[in-house]
Amino acid sequence: MWTWFYRLASPPYVYGVAATLTPWLLAGAVVALGYGEGVGLFFAPADYQQGDAFRIIYVHVPAGWISMFCYSTMAIAGAIALIWRIKIGHAVAAAAAPIGASFTLLALVTGSLWGRPMWGTYWVWDPRLTSELILLFLYIGVMSLRSAFEDPARGDRAAALLGLVGGVNIPIIHYSVVWWNSLHQGATVAKFGKPTMALSMLVPLLACFLGFMLFFGAVLCMRLRGEVLNRERQAKWVREAIKT
Amino acid sequence: MGGYARFVWPSFAVALIIFAWNLWSAGNLHAAAKVRVARAVAMALKERT
Repeated sequence: MWTWFYRLASPPYVYGVAATLTPWLLAGAVVALGYGEGVGLFFAPADYQQGDAFRIIYVHVPAGWISMFCYSTMAIAGAIALIWRIKIGHAVAAAAAPIGASFTLLALVTGSLWGRPMWGTYWVWDPRLTSELILLFLYIGVMSLRSAFEDPARGDRAAALLGLVGGVNIPIIHYSVVWWNSLHQGATVAKFGKPTMALSMLVPLLACFLGFMLFFGAVLCMRLRGEVLNRERQAKWVREAIKT
Repeated sequence: MGGYARFVWPSFAVALIIFAWNLWSAGNLHAAAKVRVARAVAMALKERT
């Protein structure tokens, strides 16, 4: 098990694995998103209270999930890099940050577009919305901090530390609808024990989750290859990889 | 399709933009890194000769 872990720390190995995985992940994302978004938009029944506007769920909920999952990935990769001094961890964290920021923005914009017909307003300073906005600021902070240092190694360490500290926001986002009175609805998908969604609506939503995850994986691999090349450009293996 | 126009389609349009940006930006990062390495290799060869 540890051999596998240490192989993951090797930049040429990660570069090669990312290249192999990218097309498969992208193909899976196209299939899952094609099915999930298609069925969600055109075949799932309209909600009895929200009408067709509920279909925003097929973008908003997976985007919100990815925004948190990506942050956790970034924080864990940063922690691995800080604790075990594995440089590839910083590359993963740097590759994940812009993806997470873009999906957080997507969750906020689509949530806002969903809020207008349901709550009568695009924005309220609700705990869930506010904590998600803080997540966007954290992503921007991590990216800015990384590029603020002349010495890239110091920038990486500072960004990893901020990423770790900001990780406290993830459970706050998740439990904000439980801990405080919130306009935002509570958990629907995570409650498999007591399903709160009809199966005809739930199945395409799960396909969208899968599609978003696969897309995240594909883009992370693509960005990671760029990050590895940038960081290892003096290495012999990079020069040989470029020639082929 | 009346319920779709004001809120559903704009949401999906924003999602499409975010997906396209992610693909473009990731591809761009890798391509730019490749160019940088190729330039460094060319410089090193020039210095050697």
